[in-house]
Amino acid sequence: MKFALKILKDFPSFLWSGLGAIASILLFIALWDAGNQIYGDLVLPSPLETFKTLLLMLQDDSVLAEIHTTLYRASIGFGISLILGTALGLLAGFFATASMMSRPIVTILVGMPPIAWIVLAMIWFGMGDETVIFTVIVASFPIVFVGALQGTRTLDGTLKEMAQSFNFPWHMRFFDVYFPHIFSYVFPAWVGGLGMAWKIVIMAELLATSNGIGASLAVARSQLDTPTALAIVVIMIASLMFIEYIILEPIKREVELWRD
Amino acid sequence: MERLEVKNLNHSFGFTKILKDINFTLNRGEVLSIVGPSGGGKTTLLHLCADLLDVEEGSVINTFSSSAFAFQEARLLPWKNVIDNISLGLLAKGQKRSEALKKSQEIALRFGLEEEDFDKFPKDLSGGMKQRVSFARALVVKPSLLFLDEPFSALDIGLKKELQTVLIDMISKKEISVLFITHDLMEAIRLSDEMLLLKADPGHIVKKFKFDLIQNQRDDKYVYGKSAEILQDEEIISTFELELK
Repeated sequence: MKFALKILKDFPSFLWSGLGAIASILLFIALWDAGNQIYGDLVLPSPLETFKTLLLMLQDDSVLAEIHTTLYRASIGFGISLILGTALGLLAGFFATASMMSRPIVTILVGMPPIAWIVLAMIWFGMGDETVIFTVIVASFPIVFVGALQGTRTLDGTLKEMAQSFNFPWHMRFFDVYFPHIFSYVFPAWVGGLGMAWKIVIMAELLATSNGIGASLAVARSQLDTPTALAIVVIMIASLMFIEYIILEPIKREVELWRD
Repeated sequence: MERLEVKNLNHSFGFTKILKDINFTLNRGEVLSIVGPSGGGKTTLLHLCADLLDVEEGSVINTFSSSAFAFQEARLLPWKNVIDNISLGLLAKGQKRSEALKKSQEIALRFGLEEEDFDKFPKDLSGGMKQRVSFARALVVKPSLLFLDEPFSALDIGLKKELQTVLIDMISKKEISVLFITHDLMEAIRLSDEMLLLKADPGHIVKKFKFDLIQNQRDDKYVYGKSAEILQDEEIISTFELELK
């Protein structure tokens, strides 16, 4: 509770420190507008037009339903990755043999292009939720898994010895010695996994489903509706930025205050 | 009577014999030092005594009611501030948090830390400050037996003297028993009642020295005189010079 309050208390100063980021976004939009003046509306609609389209889309119930569908798929897929990846990663980290054996499997999972997974999933599950969710899991699982694995593998033996010399009870061993260290690895892995899940869900939808934001993007492409396509991109990026900078980053700052 | 008794202790890592037939007793209120060259099994011996390693052959009987360990490096939890680090030992013993924090603050001040340092994380402390925190953490639990693993070796002369003075004060009042290892003869002569010489390959005790003068009366002259005397000892010469080969 105290911790949550501290995050809220430091929030204004965090926002203030984000002014630089806002300036750089505005600069980017200015360049975008310059691009529009050079290449014309069909290739690159102006930011103003894009945001107008975006506003109209956000008032449309069917678009909101598409966003909802995508959010549902992404969160189910990422949720499963998060739970499974963290649990298995921690478990593998505690056993040297298991972590050795899991390495090549992780390499396969990371190395295999998501597009290949999508094709396989379409054959296995057909065109629907399962294909998208499966692809999201396969893409974000290894990131979370590796983070959790690294966290447990790198536990400091000298600190364990210190805990032993003071006869720490099990709950102190876990919460004071192991958990903060593991969390400092797992949390960034969650953030990375989430980013991956959000990208992959759009791609899988574009290829394998008839609803969701990804499918809307496919429709916009076939109708050469560039403003809508760009508006969808803006939705994707804005939502990712919101989650990452407004929700996760302040938590990360507080949690990692002790780091160099 | 509280004591630490080591009998016929042998220890190996794999096929390498580290310690051979170690015997000694540390009684309440005494300070026992183990000196020897690096790599001679001193740390292994200390870890066996402190129950950080399992005894394989022989026995270690520890009847002291409580013990604490100060390591060569500070070994602070990087995600806890100074006061929380010091209070760890107290919390592990089940003391109330408010009480533990109060005691930790008192001892921190006594060890030359300042109030503005209390909320700092270890990354913001100098090496000497970290070692102060580590000492405070070990002593705040008021252990009847203290294990020290070359805790002064990385410190500058001033801080070394300061921490030794605190320790000598406690020793002279017989508040604490100490088992410590070092490769610094003068440090051993300044602090200990008995000094064991551990020769390497495998580690075994070749000689014991006793110092009768009470610790707070040992001045520099006494320490230098004794050091000069002991440095003439043939066992000492052979034990330490073997390393230079």
